[in-house]
Amino acid sequence: MTEDQQVDQAASMSVVDPAGVRLADSRITFADRLDHLLARWGYRRNWHRVEPGLYALGNPTPDVPVFVTANYTLSFDALRSALAGVDGYILVLDTKGINVWCAAGKGTFGTEELVRRIEATRLSRVANHRRLILPQLGAAGIAAHEVRQRSGFRVKYGPVRAADLPKYLKRGRATSEMRQVRFTLTDRLVLLPLALVHALLPAAIGAAVLFLLAGPGASLAVIAAVLAGVALFPLLLPWLPSSDFSLKGFILGGLVALPFALVALLGNPATAWWVRAGEALAYLLVFPPVTAYLALNFTGATTFTSSSGVKREMLTYIPVMAGMFGFGVALTLGLFLAILVGG
Amino acid sequence: MPVSTISINTLRYDSELCNGCGMCTMVCPHAVFAPNGRVAQLVRPEACMECGACRVNCSTGAISVDSGVGCAAAMILAALTGKKEVSCGGDTDASCCG
Repeated sequence: MTEDQQVDQAASMSVVDPAGVRLADSRITFADRLDHLLARWGYRRNWHRVEPGLYALGNPTPDVPVFVTANYTLSFDALRSALAGVDGYILVLDTKGINVWCAAGKGTFGTEELVRRIEATRLSRVANHRRLILPQLGAAGIAAHEVRQRSGFRVKYGPVRAADLPKYLKRGRATSEMRQVRFTLTDRLVLLPLALVHALLPAAIGAAVLFLLAGPGASLAVIAAVLAGVALFPLLLPWLPSSDFSLKGFILGGLVALPFALVALLGNPATAWWVRAGEALAYLLVFPPVTAYLALNFTGATTFTSSSGVKREMLTYIPVMAGMFGFGVALTLGLFLAILVGG
Repeated sequence: MPVSTISINTLRYDSELCNGCGMCTMVCPHAVFAPNGRVAQLVRPEACMECGACRVNCSTGAISVDSGVGCAAAMILAALTGKKEVSCGGDTDASCCG
């Protein structure tokens, strides 16, 4: 895959002017929307890129503001579409097609790249001022005082969300509300497609194996447990009790496994009571840890979990998950043996 | 939304070193710092997600925090592959964050 192929349409439709400044506008076309949709579904994750460099938005003069963003189409498009009617420059950093916040954490949306890109685009000749407006979430990778020392440009942190930029530009500063990240139902919903895509194959394999070994009930239960972990859990996140993701997951997983356990216990009165009880218990031991584990894995997709907190949660809950799961599997095998021996 | 899964974190702030530039109050996405007269004040330490933005932008070194990704998937992957650095995916192989 060459660099050219990776460049998204949003960038390739722009014409490069003689000074090396590309043109951008605020329109989001059908092709852009399709690109966003494919990115959300994880289709060719590496292809949603914009060519790094300087872009002219509207009819910029040397006095207009300079906005900085990442070379991920969702980031670039969020910025340019929020700036409808604004004349400005957009400086796109090479973050390898990663969004601003993740790239800042990784350091690719960073001081080094910003200083390098200011020089490479000869920004000091294009603009007659020395101010840059950066997305606030880029701050984890950018040392504003270092950028000033090394390039002469003063970094201003704009709002967290590009959509707040018009208000920010009007007021000249961000309100405390603009400075805080949220994690709304919509924010969680857009993550769903990718979670489903990732879960599809493992869940299908698990369901097929369990169908052959233990029958349709167990097969359905693993699908329910996985869907609960990757889909239901993110949606219900704020309303599930406890602040620990694993415990939230155990509760949700328990609720989802309960009907399977009840059917095993009460559905077949002709079967010996200890077999039915054993099966019901196996459902409650094997499947809730699966949901809890997937719930714990959702921590990285949120906007508020810390490394220390996740580490502590892993140390506390992963042994419990492994223990319950292992005991449930052993119990199931024991039941099989007992049934075989007992006839 | 729960404030955080965390009551313990690695955020440390020394107000003696603060020059009152206000940068930490601007970059923090969880309003952990607030302006308070001459120096910044730590008002919601429990909400810190250890992103490191305040430390990186503090020119006097008044803030320390072990920043890292609060992501179990990344930590499990690092543990399984024996990698020291816990981060979002590799440079070429794209996972959640690429």
